[in-house]
Parts: sequence; structure tokens; C-alpha cells
Amino acid sequence: MKDHEAAFSPPSVEASKDQDNTLVLKIKGRLDVYSTGKIWKDSSYELEKSTPRKLIINGEGIEYCDASGIALLIELRLIQEKKGGVFELRGLSEDNERLYKLFNFDLLAKPEGEGKPPSGNIVERVGKTSWEMLEELRVHIYFTGRVTFGLLTAALNPFKIRWKEVFVTCEKFGANSLFIIALVNFLVGLVIAFQSAIPMQQYGAQIFVADLIVIAYFKELGPLMTAFVVNGRSGSAFAAELGTMKVNEELDALDTMGLDPVNFLVVPKVLAALFMLPLLTVFGNLFGLLGGLVVILSMGFTFQTYINQITASGTYTMLLAGLFKTLFFAVLIAGVGCLSGMRASRGPSAVGDAATTAVVTGIILMIVVDGIFGVIYYILGI
Amino acid sequence: MSDRKDVIIEVKDFTAKYGDTVIIDDISFEVIKGEIFVILGGSGCGKSTLLKHMIGLYKPARGNIIIKGEDITKAEGRDRIDLLKKIGVAYQLGALFGSMTVLENVMLPLEEYTDLSRDARHLIGRMKLALVGLEGSEGKMPSELSGGMIKRAALARAMALDPEVLFLDEPSAGLDPITSAELDQLIIQLSRSLGVTFVVVTHELNSIYTIADRVIMLDKSTKNIIAAGDPEYLRDNSTIPVVQKFFRRQTDEQLGAQN
Repeated sequence: MKDHEAAFSPPSVEASKDQDNTLVLKIKGRLDVYSTGKIWKDSSYELEKSTPRKLIINGEGIEYCDASGIALLIELRLIQEKKGGVFELRGLSEDNERLYKLFNFDLLAKPEGEGKPPSGNIVERVGKTSWEMLEELRVHIYFTGRVTFGLLTAALNPFKIRWKEVFVTCEKFGANSLFIIALVNFLVGLVIAFQSAIPMQQYGAQIFVADLIVIAYFKELGPLMTAFVVNGRSGSAFAAELGTMKVNEELDALDTMGLDPVNFLVVPKVLAALFMLPLLTVFGNLFGLLGGLVVILSMGFTFQTYINQITASGTYTMLLAGLFKTLFFAVLIAGVGCLSGMRASRGPSAVGDAATTAVVTGIILMIVVDGIFGVIYYILGI
Repeated sequence: MSDRKDVIIEVKDFTAKYGDTVIIDDISFEVIKGEIFVILGGSGCGKSTLLKHMIGLYKPARGNIIIKGEDITKAEGRDRIDLLKKIGVAYQLGALFGSMTVLENVMLPLEEYTDLSRDARHLIGRMKLALVGLEGSEGKMPSELSGGMIKRAALARAMALDPEVLFLDEPSAGLDPITSAELDQLIIQLSRSLGVTFVVVTHELNSIYTIADRVIMLDKSTKNIIAAGDPEYLRDNSTIPVVQKFFRRQTDEQLGAQN
């Protein structure tokens, strides 16, 4: 095979100029997709440099020519004719002549087709973006309504719920994420306790690290850290799952079978999240406190002191208030994940984009909801 | 290697397995330079498996596949890349890269393997697209194309490096009869004008009669080539029931009633 190719000589171009402003380019050798590049620049440079009235390409010496070689000839013709000059092709072999004629020169002379036209002026773009944001808000409200309605219907007809799906999701959403939730919360508890112990030591108030940990964990850190981890794990998974179903037209199939995708797919996931997230948060709280315990013990206090301190400042109200929030987080995680998946567009990055949207939107909304609860609990004096 | 000069692909004693399941059992055939060679057979007979072995995606359980004197089953590293540059593959679903425009898809191999300038790559890419009738769609994303356009764009991308052999996996599957007929004409035109050898996997009868110079038919039960030759000749003269049924679109009952 390689000998076969070696039989051809590498391409070369030779330029000569006549008196009456005619440029003759003699092209020789093998013009294929790998070798044409070598003389492409030279030949177009020769042509650009001299701007002849007439360009003659002498192709007698071309030993082999494929479509890329033909491209060079067409390029030279394009340059020449754009400047209003005359183009002539001589001495091309019959095969190459046929190949040359295969391409519609007039079409190639036209500018290439564009994709979508660029959007309009700044006013138009601002308007469009605002409209899209409002539209986004409308979709969220509409979806929230549908999920709420779905949950109510499910509550009225508990036998119609796809319990198998709910339990499978419970396992994936809850049981399988227990380890990472334990780990993250333990480490966060440890780090927070350690960092606060240093300044507190200056005032001899190390023992209050226990109070700090229990209050912070019950009220904020336990619910939030757990929800964040679960959001990253399961929110994105929901989005990817429903996104793939959307791309495969499975959602359309459900629709035409008369099954509401929200009731069929979203409600079991939301239910599973509602069951599991408070439970996971309980574990999260426990492991956060264990992280604090490590620091307390290392400062020379006993286990009993830690327990006494915790039970003195941590109340059931506090714990339950924290757990109550997680119900909202659960709906957010499952709902936003499913919604992002159901709204996935076409194309290869659609599923990935849906997962990203799910996680980012989930985090932002959870922070907002957490803030609202902060205010409410403050007013209620919890 | 082969004695005859005009053989471009030679498949020798080829056996394909998935795990322990034998899909194709010991077949041999040759593809002649410049012809349109069609691999056909019913669903599940191993057509696509054979194609995927021929383009080097899978390693065969046994046997050799020699393309232009080099064994694709043994080639590795540099040699494999060199061999792959001589073939082009258009996949069943197009397999266009969704994040690039149609033109960028066609230009990708040129960018990777040649020293052509940007302008040159552009022009060659546009020429290839014009060849398959996609002029004016250069800047579109694959998701904006119709099924027929995707297949044609995939063909243009397969031709980017002017390969000597083009492999097409079910080019007309899922297309309407008109688009499918147009694609057939395009294949014939490319074969005649560029002298490219085509290896086509299909089970569309109309396509087969229109484009095929020569066919081989694979059979699921024998896992072997059950018939080979000119499709019209096979339709009219084959005495093998499976072959008759295939070419005449008949069921067992219909065939029985006729005889």
C-alpha cells in the first residue's frame, strides 16, 4: 500500500507570468487530502500577489487528484473571479475533469448558509429575556400546582399510588445516600466544633461548643447539609432520568396512554423524598453531634458532660422545627429535579443541562425557603 | 494478501461471537474495488455485527479482514489510524456531533489529519456538503436537520478524507420512499463519479435492486452466507426458500401456496 502511494510525486506549483498580465500556474504531482495543503498557500499567494487579468491553470502534470485537489482548483477560480478576472483550466485528465464538473461552482461561490439569524437589538433582547423569565416563573407555578394537586389526589386515593416505585425511590434516595450523609455531617460537625473551640477557649467557654453545635445542627446545618447532599445526588438523578425519558419520547408515550406524567412519575418521587429526607436529617443531626463530640472529648470533657449540655440547650421544638423544614426541601429537591428533566430540550447536552439546572435551582430555592423559615421561626420565637 | 489487484476488501474464515453466542460462523467473501456491495439479511442475522467488525470496532473471534492489503483485525496504533483514514463510515443514526454545526462535523477529520488551512478546510467541507445536496445548511446544528438530511450529512462527513471505501449502515432506514430513493441515487452517483467502493448494510428491497452490484445474504439459522450474487438474479433464480421469501417479501404460507 505504501509503495503504491510512493509512486506518486509530492505536489508542486510553478508560476510564470506573461506580458499581457496572464498568470500561468503549473500544478504537478499527487493532489490528495493530505498533500494538497502543502501547495494551497503557495498557489493562492501567487495569485493574490500578482492579481492577473487572466489565470491559466495547467493541470497536465497532475498525477492523481481527489475532491480536495479539486477544492484547490475551485478556490483559485473563486479568488480570480471575485476580482473580476478570467479563469481557464487546461490539460486536466478526463477523470479529473469529470470530478471537477461534479461540483456546482455557482453554489460554492455563494456565501455559506447560516444557522439561526442573530437576535435583534438590545431593547428586543431585554424584552425577550424578561418575557422568558416571566414564562419560567409561570411554568414553576403551574408545575407546583400540578404536583400539589397530584399529591392531594394521591392522599385521597392511596391505593392508586405506585407504591413499588415509591419504595424503589426510597431505597435509592434514602438508604443508598446514608453513608455519604453520615460522613459529610460528621466532618462538618467536627470542623465547626473545632473552629469555634479556638476563639471560645480564650474566654474559657469551650463547653459552650456543645450548645453551639446542637443549636446550629438542629436548626440549620442538619437540614441544610443533608438537603444539599441529597439534592446533588438525587435531584440530578431525577433530572437525568426524566430528561432521558423526554428525549426518548417516553413522556409523550405516557401522555398518549392517558397517564399524566406528573402523577405517574413525579408524585412517587416526591412521596419518597418526603418520607426519606426527614429520616436522613435525623441521621445527619446525629452524626453532626458525633463530630462535635470528638472535639469536646479531645478538649478533656467527658461524654456525660456533652450529653448534659446538649439536652439542656437543645429542645424538641428546635429539632422538630428543623425537621419540618426538610419536608419543604424534599418537595423542592424532587420537584425541581423532575421539572428540569421534563423540560429538557433536544440534543446531546440536554440531559446534562437538565441535571445542572436541577442542582443549581434546587440549591438556590432551598436557601430562599430556609431564609423564609428563619424569619417565621424568629417571629414564633423558636 | 490477495493476488487479484481489484480486490479491495477480503474477509477470510471470519467468525464473530458475542460471549459464547456465535453470530456469524466462518464466512469468507471479497469486495471488488469500485462496486456497491450490499450485505443483507433479516433482522438479527448479524449484518451490523459484520459491518462493525469490518470497520475495526470489534475484534473477530477468528479470521481476518484485509482492507487494501492490511489486516484491520491486527492493525494497532499508527497502522490502525492510517488504515481507518482510508475508510469512511456513515452510522445508522448519523452519529453527528450534536455540539457542532454540520460544516464543523465535516471539517473535523480534515482538522485532525491534514495540514490544510482553515479556508481550505472550509471550502472542502462545503464541497462535500454540496455533493450530498446540503448546500445552504452548513451553519445548522444537527438537531435542526430532518432525518434524511442527517443521513446525508453523515455521508458527507464519512467522505471528508476522500476515503476509498465507504461503509453505510442502513442508509435508508427510517426515511420516506422519496428521500430514500434520492439517497440511493446519491450513492450511485458518488460511486460512479468518485470511484468509491461502497459496502452497504440494508434490508430495504427497493434500495437493494437500485444500488447493489453484488449482494451477500446472511442467514440467522445457519449463521453463514446463504446466497451471493446479483440481487435480481437471486430473486428470479434462487431455489433456497429463505432467499425467495426475502426477495419476494413473502411469508411461509404464501410461498407454500405458490409452489
